[in-house]
Amino acid sequence: MSAQLAEKYRNNFLKEIEEQVEMGDWVKMCMQCGVCSGSCPTNFQAAWDHPPQELFMMIRAGKREEVLTSSSMWNCTSCYNCIVRCPRKIPITHIMHGIAEYAHRLGLAPKMQATRFFSGLFWNNATNTGRVNELKLTMGLYFKDGLVQGIKNGLAMQSVALGLVKAGRLNVMEIFGGHKCKDQKGIHAMLKKAREIENTRKVAKLAA
Amino acid sequence: MAKHEYAFYPGCSSQKGASASNYLTSVEAMCQTLDVKLTEIPDWNCCGASIGYAEAGELPRHVLNARNFALSEQHMPGKEIVATCAACWLGARETRERLTHSDTLMSDTKEALKEAGLTINEMPEIRHMVEVLIEDIGFEEMAKHVVRPLEGVKIAGYVGCQTNRPFGVDGESFENPQYLDKMVEMVGAESIPDYDMKVTCCGGALAFSEPEKAQAQIKDIVESAYDHGAEMIVTPCPLCQANVEVYQGQVNKRYGTKFNIPVMYYSQLMVVAYGGNAKQAGLNGQVIRARRLEEIAAKPVKR
Repeated sequence: MSAQLAEKYRNNFLKEIEEQVEMGDWVKMCMQCGVCSGSCPTNFQAAWDHPPQELFMMIRAGKREEVLTSSSMWNCTSCYNCIVRCPRKIPITHIMHGIAEYAHRLGLAPKMQATRFFSGLFWNNATNTGRVNELKLTMGLYFKDGLVQGIKNGLAMQSVALGLVKAGRLNVMEIFGGHKCKDQKGIHAMLKKAREIENTRKVAKLAA
Repeated sequence: MAKHEYAFYPGCSSQKGASASNYLTSVEAMCQTLDVKLTEIPDWNCCGASIGYAEAGELPRHVLNARNFALSEQHMPGKEIVATCAACWLGARETRERLTHSDTLMSDTKEALKEAGLTINEMPEIRHMVEVLIEDIGFEEMAKHVVRPLEGVKIAGYVGCQTNRPFGVDGESFENPQYLDKMVEMVGAESIPDYDMKVTCCGGALAFSEPEKAQAQIKDIVESAYDHGAEMIVTPCPLCQANVEVYQGQVNKRYGTKFNIPVMYYSQLMVVAYGGNAKQAGLNGQVIRARRLEEIAAKPVKR
């Protein structure tokens, strides 16, 4: 796959993004006004190495490695402020998700980036039974860096968790299963099929 | 027959023992007063939320939402789907929009749905509960049922992101939506129209993965509510509610603040104003107790 990618998109990273990334064909519409960066909640905390409009310019400039290995897109909180303010109506939130997803698929995204980890954890948690198990989701995140760190994280968050348990909003019994869909088999089968179709379409673009 | 009937998509956080279970409790009581019948979509599944994006990809995300559409159509053909959760509503609406605009995505989705023995013939309308309240029921009708006005309570209307962007409620602006303030006034409380953090992001899923970034947002949201003299905050979104409420202790540690402000759902205010008791309003589900509302909920109603 990576050899094919290199062959097809050599020196044309913009085309690669347009064909392989969700909503990627909008990137060329950016006119570099910077409203997205000024509207981003995490940008104000110096979280982004490269705010959206900068990433868009880097894509045009062919900075493939720098874009795909960046932690920038992972700082998106999905607040959609950039989308509604963009004068060109570019679906920036979706492009950020799309670039992040692409970097994740290629294995180029920062390995232990916390939001990358959480995204995978969430999707697998939700699709495993069809419904989110909030207890396992939280535990999975705490123990991301091993047992010792997990216990430390758990202790640091103890008061938050206890407050929720007391209010009836976190059920410790969920560790033994919890809420789930009846037709899990059907859900798994349709998602597997969806993944296959999506892959086939991407490979077809590569061959075209 | 109820005056208004919908297919209901409660979402994961609304389930028993989950983080927004008190939201559902209050919605049920509110709907009873307003003669709204919600019929749960049988075997509904998670919407994938926004944060699932990296692992999900595009088509699996839409297929997940489309399964709920298919089940709704199978069991309640022609009914509009109502969600109480901002993320469920957004995810489902986004899927509806993408499938409607792309024949390829639609046919791919149908092919995948076949694996679960399902199909879609008609795209359902996807509504948020606040849309149902504002558009189908209306402020006038909602106000008629107020028997215990929340007099003298000052409440900051925190709309947040996903009920507001990118779709939002018809006729409202993204920068300064008014409907939540109107709902606060409708229940007899005092709104804060110039609450300047009303559409600020709570940090969303980053509250889990990168807490320091989300907590910086939460601090601004709570601080501004205090600055405007609010006694409590109200929101239409389960994640906004949880993030702004449960991390106040952590924010206090990090910033040396003394935050302790209750964060409510609009439906909880309505249930109390409609004469419901604390349990019906889900007030026992608050991590930061809403004492003032509990007191009001214990008072006799004016009939």
